[in-house]
Amino acid sequence: MATKDTMTINMGPQHPSTHGVLQLVLELDGEIVRSAVPHMGFLHRGTEKIAENRTYHQIIPLTDRLDYLAPMSNNLGYVLAVEKLLGITDSIPERANVIRVMLAELTRIKSHLVWLATHALDIGAMTVFLYAFRERERIMDLYEKVSGARMTSNYFRVGGLSADLPEGFEKEITSFIDDMPGCLDTYEGLLTGNKIWQSRTMGVGIIEAEDAIDIGLSGSSARGSGIDWDLRRDNPYSGYETYDFDVVTRTDGDTFSRYKVRLDEMRQSLRIIRQTLDRLAPGPVLADEPKVCLPAKKDVVGSIEGLIHHFKIVSEGFKPEPGEIYQAIEAPKGELGYYLISDGSSKPFRMKIRPPSFVNLQALPQMVEGKLLADVIAIIGTLDIVLGEIDR
Amino acid sequence: MEDMSEQAAVAKLKEKFSSSVLDVAEYRGETTVVVKKEDIVDVCTFAKEQLGYNFLSDLCGVDYLGSSPRFMVVYNLYSIGSKSRLRLKVPVEESDAQVSTVSGVWGTANWHERETWDLYGIRFEGHPDLRRILLAEDWKGHPLRKDYPLQGPDRELYQGRLS
Repeated sequence: MATKDTMTINMGPQHPSTHGVLQLVLELDGEIVRSAVPHMGFLHRGTEKIAENRTYHQIIPLTDRLDYLAPMSNNLGYVLAVEKLLGITDSIPERANVIRVMLAELTRIKSHLVWLATHALDIGAMTVFLYAFRERERIMDLYEKVSGARMTSNYFRVGGLSADLPEGFEKEITSFIDDMPGCLDTYEGLLTGNKIWQSRTMGVGIIEAEDAIDIGLSGSSARGSGIDWDLRRDNPYSGYETYDFDVVTRTDGDTFSRYKVRLDEMRQSLRIIRQTLDRLAPGPVLADEPKVCLPAKKDVVGSIEGLIHHFKIVSEGFKPEPGEIYQAIEAPKGELGYYLISDGSSKPFRMKIRPPSFVNLQALPQMVEGKLLADVIAIIGTLDIVLGEIDR
Repeated sequence: MEDMSEQAAVAKLKEKFSSSVLDVAEYRGETTVVVKKEDIVDVCTFAKEQLGYNFLSDLCGVDYLGSSPRFMVVYNLYSIGSKSRLRLKVPVEESDAQVSTVSGVWGTANWHERETWDLYGIRFEGHPDLRRILLAEDWKGHPLRKDYPLQGPDRELYQGRLS
């Protein structure tokens, strides 16, 4: 009698290498993966539905919880989208834009550090994990200094920032970016030339540029396949067009390529942060848009107009005129897009989030088919997914 | 395939699908083209192959409860060559809540369409694997529809303030 010679196993949702609550149903022929079916939604919180029932400002904390490894990038994408909807993009003060870029790049490093740490740990390189988390801790401290929270920052506002940088922040971030290149060299010293690392990543999870575009890969995952595309350079926002940085690409399309791309991207981020520090001139951090931005505390307690504006914005919110926009940013994981529709009320009629992880994960089945079971772990790591934004 | 501006792309779309283009709108520098749903696969194929919109950024549904047609399916296209965006929309009637799948044009549409089915109950004709994606298989209803209560069907409405 013929027997079924494949075995079906569940990987996750409680599996440390799935980086959250991702379940993969794998059909195995010995060590070879015949098919992989991802199941998501375990972390679905209905963010888009909740957003339809909140005023525009009340949605910012919800965005923190999408890609919880890069909250400020989510904040940035959202506030840029609302600013575009309101048509106030040009009135954001220079200082606010510079700080936004600085923190967005800091966030990129933060996200990439967790990716590197967990990816390396999954493949068996424990030391890098400890080192990368050590450096990430310093970024968390910087986060806490500016926003009061280590992860759910809720720091950006429509029109600018919730507060200016605390005193002495520049000194601390300077010391961080001075130390970081040495740390990156340490990681590379542990991994890049390491034979085990190379054999676990080189030639593993190859995806060609054409397939990557078809399946919607964006960000570093796409650039690892030689797609020269970065929204910071190609559709700039927050003044990115004025900074000098290189878009890093590699052409092999394998896990090692994406590893190199992300490491080099961290160096580029440090370059951008250094430029932002040179540009930090004193000035306001919130736009002069009294119908949208909360007035300064001294105006709230000192003038009747200030009090009324404060009351109106808090209790009712602002009302963008009817229309729809799509705003995308280069988040650490790829294209993060917000599609907003306003019906003229103080709540969005529709807010669609285009999460990079959701789309990037879709490439997983075709990347693992016919490969070894052990490569599944490497490929999940290299796609750099976060279930918070996949499930929303 | 060549790179072109949104305006040129819209002109070409209008020329090629004169009876299908229902509306063209510009807002904040973004172009939206509303087309008949019968032609969506042809329009998308044309946009991808002739107009250079090789990347489907996003696909989603919108519920305009109370108006007719009730739903819109929205396609946010991007051209990696010319770095420009174009939005296509198709109106979908509630009584015939289905559209042809574009997963044959862009593979990435597969999961987006599953999500739209899951949250809006819009079916995608010809989809290879139209299952729920975020909610459980036995979930009743489609939560992003405007007539689906915020806190779920079996909960009383919150009586306090929401904002």
